[in-house]
Amino acid sequence: MAGGVSTPNADPFPSTYHPFASRPTLIRNVTILTAAGPTIPNGSILLRDGKIAEVGASVTAPADAVVIDGAGKYVTPGIIDTHSHIGAGGVPGDNGAQTDDVNEATNPVTAQVWVEHSVWPQDPQLPRTLAGGVTTIQVLPGSANLIGGRSAVLKVVPSRTVQGMKYPGAKYGLKMACGENPKRVYASRGPSTRMGNVAGFRAAWIQAEAYRRRWDKWNATHQGDAPSRDLGLETLAEVLRGNILVHNHCYRADEMAQMIDIAHEFGYRIRSFHHGVEAYKIADLLARDSIGASVWADWGVFKLEAADAVRGNMALLNRAGVRTIMHSDDASGEQRLNQEAAKAMAEGNRIGVPVTPDEAIKWMTINPAWALGIDDRTGSLQAGKSADVVLWSGNPFSVYSRAEKVWVDGAMLFDRLDPSSQWRTDFELGFVPANRGGAR
Amino acid sequence: MMRRLFSSALLAAVCATPSAAQTIAITGGKVYPVSGPVIERGTVLMRDGRIVAVGANVVIPSDAQRIDATGKIVTPGLVNASTQLGLVEIGSVASTREARARGKDGIAAAFMPWEGLNPTSVLFGPARDGGITSAMIFPQGGLISGQAGMIHLVPGSASDMVLRAPVAMVATLGANSGANTASRAETLMRLREVLSDARVYRTRKAEFERAQTRPLAAGRLDLEALLPVLDGRVPMLIEANKASDITAAMKLATEFGFKLIIGGGAEAWEVADKLATAKVPVLTGAMNNIPENFASLGQRQENAGLLARAGVAVALMGNAGGGDEEAFNVRNVRFEAGNAVAYGMDWNAALRAITLTPAEIFGVADRVGSLQAGRSADVVIWSGDPFEFATQPERVFVRGVQISTPSRQDLLEQRYKTLPPNYRTP
Repeated sequence: MAGGVSTPNADPFPSTYHPFASRPTLIRNVTILTAAGPTIPNGSILLRDGKIAEVGASVTAPADAVVIDGAGKYVTPGIIDTHSHIGAGGVPGDNGAQTDDVNEATNPVTAQVWVEHSVWPQDPQLPRTLAGGVTTIQVLPGSANLIGGRSAVLKVVPSRTVQGMKYPGAKYGLKMACGENPKRVYASRGPSTRMGNVAGFRAAWIQAEAYRRRWDKWNATHQGDAPSRDLGLETLAEVLRGNILVHNHCYRADEMAQMIDIAHEFGYRIRSFHHGVEAYKIADLLARDSIGASVWADWGVFKLEAADAVRGNMALLNRAGVRTIMHSDDASGEQRLNQEAAKAMAEGNRIGVPVTPDEAIKWMTINPAWALGIDDRTGSLQAGKSADVVLWSGNPFSVYSRAEKVWVDGAMLFDRLDPSSQWRTDFELGFVPANRGGAR
Repeated sequence: MMRRLFSSALLAAVCATPSAAQTIAITGGKVYPVSGPVIERGTVLMRDGRIVAVGANVVIPSDAQRIDATGKIVTPGLVNASTQLGLVEIGSVASTREARARGKDGIAAAFMPWEGLNPTSVLFGPARDGGITSAMIFPQGGLISGQAGMIHLVPGSASDMVLRAPVAMVATLGANSGANTASRAETLMRLREVLSDARVYRTRKAEFERAQTRPLAAGRLDLEALLPVLDGRVPMLIEANKASDITAAMKLATEFGFKLIIGGGAEAWEVADKLATAKVPVLTGAMNNIPENFASLGQRQENAGLLARAGVAVALMGNAGGGDEEAFNVRNVRFEAGNAVAYGMDWNAALRAITLTPAEIFGVADRVGSLQAGRSADVVIWSGDPFEFATQPERVFVRGVQISTPSRQDLLEQRYKTLPPNYRTP
């Protein structure tokens, strides 16, 4: 191949993911939370060729199907986390292990970095996340920078390479962060204030607008020399073209409102705020602009911008019509997003803002799928969608329930009842005793 | 019946509940005294801040306020065995952090963090609302961080709140100990040096005062503070995760004759039988299965259940690591118990692990942790199984008084429940 042929946005690290081998599987006599409609009690779901073939009160099993009796159990879509750092912030995290590749904290704007280049597919946190019923994650760069880089949307599957985990066709995300973190990290060189943060965002978008114009013009005519490529501006220009989704770390309501105005100024959309502990204060603004809210159930008060955290956040957002999303930002919490959702649902019911299980299931399935732009393929149990499915030992909103079996594209990749079948990363061999952390 | 209501008229009515302790009978609930068998339809009678009687056939005085708990569950107020309540307000704001001493060469044995306790911390509200009525508070940092205390979540001054202190001397073993040493063996050597010099100090105090001893490995106050540990009156709580660090701590305890408590204990299950034989209690959690570092490669959620089954006294604490479980979310320890059950711990053992067992470990079981005549009237009425997310703590009594003050979080929720907010209410 001749040199000098690189082109922008040519998918240089393409997904090599292929679904694992699967067998037609019918789960019957089970309670189904579909994330697309009312709960189906005593229902059945048929997975075939990696897709959901049929969901309903009665489904006929093909002769070759594996039939699982789900009496007393629940089926949900595979859980999706919009805010993960696993793989990039790997374990063990001891000094010297060099497993922390989350923050390229060398410049407040590092739109040029792609977090997939930090992801270690042998991070032992991955199989534990799968065992929590999580089938898709968005790995994000950290929040040290105003603009931290591209995210990666990954299937939670064993693979030798990150390319083998990349969700085929999923758009990239862009991580942005406002508030305390960037101004703390760059205190000595700037930005050192919140107004410095905003100026930094705007300066970056002004550059991106000019870059986009240059390239759009050249792309239309192909006359003369192509403009030189700039990886960071290439990413930002793709945001302006609507091809990359913005995920904006932001705690305070007033700062979120400013970020919304910046988005208006430059004509891009914020797909989801992340953390948003004060999102409940501006639920109306988020609903108006169709901005998702990726939040926690109850984290807070670890810094001043998190001091107004309330457990009612999700219920209040939900009531206002905001696409409400349970996110983790934590490899331990990611394994129990169902429990976090249960806490937030309980608080809603306590304060008179009721949330039904049919709504709460969306917080960790179809709503995050929307935030990642893959809601046409996964996130709900509907015929034709990917068979990303979890069988729970009981009601997923009970503390006593655990994911018992997990299917990704129809392939059963986790079975709690069969420890010998469970995925163990290369790192774990020899270091971590077998079958601990999974089965009882 | 919702404990906290959002209409301001009703809120005023709730706040008007007499704050002085009086005679209260909680009737009809399923009562878990923890110190004895469950009572299906029991009565808990409390008067002047103490429990007077607990049972199926309690005679209720005519002047008692009756609270019907039919269909509900009644437990002791929960005891969180590992918190920094009142010591850390806003984690990132140094001026609101009181859990660390500078110490000398990693030794701060004389440090008594409860002397800096903030009795008006806004974090007590969410904790109490979650059914937590007592909490161990611990210092951190260094090799010997200082002394832990037990606090009672009563409204009042710092001295009203301190239930007992010290309840433990806190130290850390392992690669990440703050000893400013370069290896495990050096950390142990340093700890041994300090403890043996405390012995020297004990026998030669007079000479020490006249500067007639060789230089000792720690300052006077720190050596003095270690004497109750050497006497077996104050246990040493050693944070250790790796199994070999745990056995090293046990060896040290035998050598110096101190009472040992293991904190963290990620791999404690690997040495469960040894811990049971030596009667060493363990503070651990049930929500972490991640090999976070080379000292916790064997971390698993079954830890608490395996230890309890081996006969080890287990107190549950938050160990997921990400969710503010030592401050804002100490209330979540009941979910730690639920997860422990999901991973093999007996339900009653799990309830004990967040009530009576931590009270026993820290020497306050004569005051809190169970529903028995004579104990402080710390009682929670739950809408259902206290380990379940859907369950609400409907009423929380501390020292016989029902908590009715809305927390900062309640006020925020109330203010923003309808938009735009009203900045005059609450």
